[in-house]
Amino acid sequence: MAWSIGRRVIHLVLVILIVTFATMMLVDRVPGGLAHAILGDTATQEQIDTLNHKLKLDKSYAARYTGWLGDVATGDFGTSPRTNRPVLDTIRARLPVTIELVVLTELLAFMLAIPIGMYTAHREGKRLDRLWSLISSALIAVPSFVLALVLVYFFAVRWHVFPVNRFRPISKGLFDNLRSVALPVVTLAVAEVAVYSRVLRADAVTTMRQDYMLAARSRGLSPARLMFRHALRPSSLSLVTLGALSVGRLIGGTVVVETIFGLPGLGSLMIDSVLNSDLVVVQGIVLFVALVYVGLNLILDVTYGSLDPRVRSATA
Amino acid sequence: MALSNDLLLDEPPRANDIGTAVSNLAAPDRRRVKRHAPVLVWVAAAWLVLLVLCAIFADFLPIKGYARPAGPLRQAPGWHSVSLLGTDAIGRSQLSRVIYGARQSLTIAVGAVSIGLALGGLLGLLGGYFRGRVDALIALFTDSVLAVPPLLMIVAVTAFLERTMLTITMALALLAVPTYVRVARAHTLTLARREFVEAARALGASRRRIIFKELLPNVALPLISYVFLITASVIVAEGTLSFLGLGLPPPRPTWGAMIKDGRNYLSKSPAIIAVPAAALTVTVMALNIVGDHARLRYEFGRAR
Repeated sequence: MAWSIGRRVIHLVLVILIVTFATMMLVDRVPGGLAHAILGDTATQEQIDTLNHKLKLDKSYAARYTGWLGDVATGDFGTSPRTNRPVLDTIRARLPVTIELVVLTELLAFMLAIPIGMYTAHREGKRLDRLWSLISSALIAVPSFVLALVLVYFFAVRWHVFPVNRFRPISKGLFDNLRSVALPVVTLAVAEVAVYSRVLRADAVTTMRQDYMLAARSRGLSPARLMFRHALRPSSLSLVTLGALSVGRLIGGTVVVETIFGLPGLGSLMIDSVLNSDLVVVQGIVLFVALVYVGLNLILDVTYGSLDPRVRSATA
Repeated sequence: MALSNDLLLDEPPRANDIGTAVSNLAAPDRRRVKRHAPVLVWVAAAWLVLLVLCAIFADFLPIKGYARPAGPLRQAPGWHSVSLLGTDAIGRSQLSRVIYGARQSLTIAVGAVSIGLALGGLLGLLGGYFRGRVDALIALFTDSVLAVPPLLMIVAVTAFLERTMLTITMALALLAVPTYVRVARAHTLTLARREFVEAARALGASRRRIIFKELLPNVALPLISYVFLITASVIVAEGTLSFLGLGLPPPRPTWGAMIKDGRNYLSKSPAIIAVPAAALTVTVMALNIVGDHARLRYEFGRAR
C-alpha cells in the first residue's frame, strides 16, 4: 500500500513538472516575445530590455525554470508586470467566488442526481427511465455558454427573476448572494446532473441484481427504503469518484459562466489575463489549478480503500 | 490512471483499474439500442450530411457574402427576410455566416480529431503492447494533458500562441489524445493476449509487424467508432473558445463568435444569437446520436 502510494506521488510530481515545463515553453513561443506582448508596440528597446531583465527572460531556459520552481516551492508565484501584484494574492482574492460556484454546483447536482438516478434504476426500462435517458443526452449536448444565454434570456431579461452581471458578495447578505449566483450554478449543474444520474443509475441497476437485494425485496420492504437504504451506498462508488474528479471540469466551466455572468472568480481572471496578455498570471493559474487537481486525485487514491473495502482487497 | 478530465463523460473513471475500463468498453448497454429510434439516427445523419455539403460547396450556393452587409440591420428570420435566417447587428446575412461558420468549425474539428486519432491511437497501441516502462511514460504524458481542465488548457495555449487555424487545431487535438490513448490501450491489452498474435509471434513476425499488421487493423475500428462523439466535444470546445473571443480572428465567421457578437442584442433581437446557437446545439446533438449509434453498431458487430 505504502509503495503504491509512493509511486503515485512520484508520478504526480512528474506530471506537475511536465505541466510547468510546458507552460514555460509556451512563454518562449509568444509572438514577438513576452515583454513586447506586455508593453505593446510603442515600447522602446530599452523598456523591453528592462522588463526582460525583471522577468529574468535574459537568462537561460534552465536557469529560469529552476529559479521559478524554487520561487513556487516557497509560495511565490511571481508578480504580474501589469498590476504589480503578486500572482498568488490575485488568485487568493478571486478564489472564494469560484469555490462557492463549484461547491454549490456539486451540492445541487448531487441533490438532483441521486433521486433521479435511483428512481430511473428502480423503473429500469419503463417509460420515465427511457424519457430521462433521452433528456439527459440532450442536456449533455447543449454547450454551457448556449445554456447560460438561454437562462439569461428567460430568467433575467424576460421575467426579471434573477439579476445579470451584478455579483453580490456574501457580506452583502446571503439571500442576495445566492440570487446572484443562482443562474451560473444552474448552468454548471445541468450537465453534471445528467452525467451523475446516468452513472448512478447504471451502478444501481447492477446492484439490484445482487442476491441481498432479492432478499431485501422478499422481506416486503417499500421501494423507497429498498433503494435508498440498501442499494444507494453500494452503488455510489463511481458517483463519488466522478464527483471528485468533476472539480477539474467545473473549474474549466467557471471560465465560461464567470465571463457571462460577470462574476469575479478565477475563471474570469483567466480570461481577463489572457485578453490583457498578463501571461505571468495565466501561468500562475494553470499551475494552481493543476496542483489542486493533482492533489484531489491523490486524496482520492488514498481514501479509495476506506470508501469501499472491496477495492482495498482487490488492489492490495 | 485516475486523472480524468476526459472528453467522454459516458464512462465513469475508476482509479488504477484497467479491468473495468476494458469491461466498460466491451459491455454494450443494450438499453441504448432502443433509445435512439433509427428514425432519429437518420435525421441526425441527414443534418450532418447537409451541413458538410453546405460547408464544402459554400462558394457555389446562392447566398450573400459573409463579410458585407446584405440587408437591413437585425432583420428577423422568415420568408420575407434577405437570407431566411435574418441579418446580424450590421446587416450581414445570417444564413451565409452560419454556413461559412460551419466550414470553419468542421475544418478545425476534422483536423483536430484526425491528429488526435493518429497520435492517441499510436501511443495507446504502443503502451498496450509494450506495457511496463513505455506504458508508464505514455501515462505520464496523458496525465499531464489531463492535469489541466480542457477548457483552461486551450485558453492558455491560445493565450501564448498566435491564434491561427493551425495552433487552435493543434490545441484541440491535444484534448482528443488522452481519450484515444485510453481506448486504443484498453483494446490492445486484450488483443495482445489473443491467439492470432501468439501465432504471428510463433511464426517469427517482428514486433513492428505484429503492431502494425496484426494489432492496428483490429484497434482501428473501435477508435473510429468514437470519431463522432469526440468531434462533438471538439466542436463545443472550439465554439466556447470563439465565444470567449479567443478563437480565429474576424472577419471569418465562427458560430461561437456570432453568439458573442449577438450578446448585446439579447433582449431586443434574440434571433441573432438563436440562429448560431441552434446550429451549434443541433450539430452537437446530431453528432452524439450518430456517435452513440456508431459505437453500438461496432459493439454488437463484435458481440455476434
